[in-house]
Formats: sequence, C-alpha cells, structure tokens
Amino acid sequence: MRVKSLFFAAYRDLLGAAEVEVDLPEGASVRDLVQVIRSRPGGDNFPVSPAVAVNREYCPPDRLLSDGDEVAFIPPVAGG
Amino acid sequence: MHCEVTSAPIDLQSLIERVRSDTDGAIVVFCGVVRNHDGGRAVVGLTYESYEGMATEKLKRICEEVASRFEVGDIVVTHRVGELGVGEASVGIAVAAPHRDAAYKASREVIERLKREVPIWKRERYVDGEDTWVEGVEPRPADSN
Repeated sequence: MRVKSLFFAAYRDLLGAAEVEVDLPEGASVRDLVQVIRSRPGGDNFPVSPAVAVNREYCPPDRLLSDGDEVAFIPPVAGG
Repeated sequence: MHCEVTSAPIDLQSLIERVRSDTDGAIVVFCGVVRNHDGGRAVVGLTYESYEGMATEKLKRICEEVASRFEVGDIVVTHRVGELGVGEASVGIAVAAPHRDAAYKASREVIERLKREVPIWKRERYVDGEDTWVEGVEPRPADSN
C-alpha cells in the first residue's frame, strides 16, 4: 500500500520535503511509517513519537494504516 | 458556527455582524495581535502556516463542543495565515450569547483549545533579520482516541 505523508513547519525544514509518498507493507502502523521517515535524509532528528493525524484526525502511533491514507506529522502547535 | 483560516486581513466588525442576533445580549470579541517583542527580542512580524483542511475542521469541532457546554447563540473564528506585521490581528473570535458570563467563558475556552489542538504554526521574524519557528505545545486533542 501507499500512503501520503505530510510535513509542516519545523518537520518540513528537517526533512526538506512537504509531502512524501511512502510504500508500506499491509498491516503497517503509524509507528512503522515513522521508522521509514527516520531513515530518510534529515530523519535522524525526526522525533520517534511525533503527534500524527490520519485523514485529518489525531490518532495514536499504533493506528493501522490503509492504502491512500493521508498521514500528517504535526509539530508542536503555535496558533493564536 | 463559522470557522475559517485565511490569508486575508481579519475584519472584526464583520465577525460581530455574523454572530449578532436579537436574542443575544452580549458579544465578546477576542483578538490576538502580533506584538513587537518576544523573550526579550525585538520582533518585526510573524509568518503563520496551517494544515488547512484539518485546522478548519478542528476549529469547527471546538466551537460546536464549546457551544454545547455554554449557553451561547453563535461562535465565529477566523485565523490568519501568511506574513503578518506588528499590530495585525492573527486570530479573531466572536461569541454571542444571551448573557455575558457564558460569552466570556466560551470565548476563553475557544482560544485556549485553539492554542492546544489546532494545527497552526508560526515563524517569528526579528529586527536583526533572523527568524525561527516559535516553540509550540504538543497537541493535546480532546478527541484523541
């Protein structure tokens, strides 16, 4: 399956990309996706357990992913 | 209940007109404004960005939940994105309610939850030409499951 990963603000700076398509084995979770991200260039400093939203809803790291999911990594927020 | 994230300047008067109704005797308006200093450094502006679709959805959900906890008539929220200068409004919240107590409380809860839950970030631009992401808070969604 293939998921779309989104990176905002400091995470985008860290990885040098705003959006990355990632191929994962069936049954993969958010945690598995984070491991893939951390192996990319600039990923060393990417957090092990970042806040995540799947299809625009916050969810825990053990959330299982499906083909076509939009997985956004949410750096600490600073609205207002 | 109307929420938006926009690059257009925020018009507070239009927020007031949008929430006002004949059954509400109080309107509380909160306005967040870019200030010229932070942590002892001179600031010339802030650059905001959002995860647009999710930010609007989260704002709407927050407004609905706050409206269910307090006796309010209507709530509107507008958050700005893009480059803002000192003195510009970054967020505007208007709450109309039959009585002021509920309007004040609801307004406060909306801004506090916005700051904890809504995916928006800002970069601070300093007088000396440097800029940096403002350290935020780990999102603590009330609806995390």
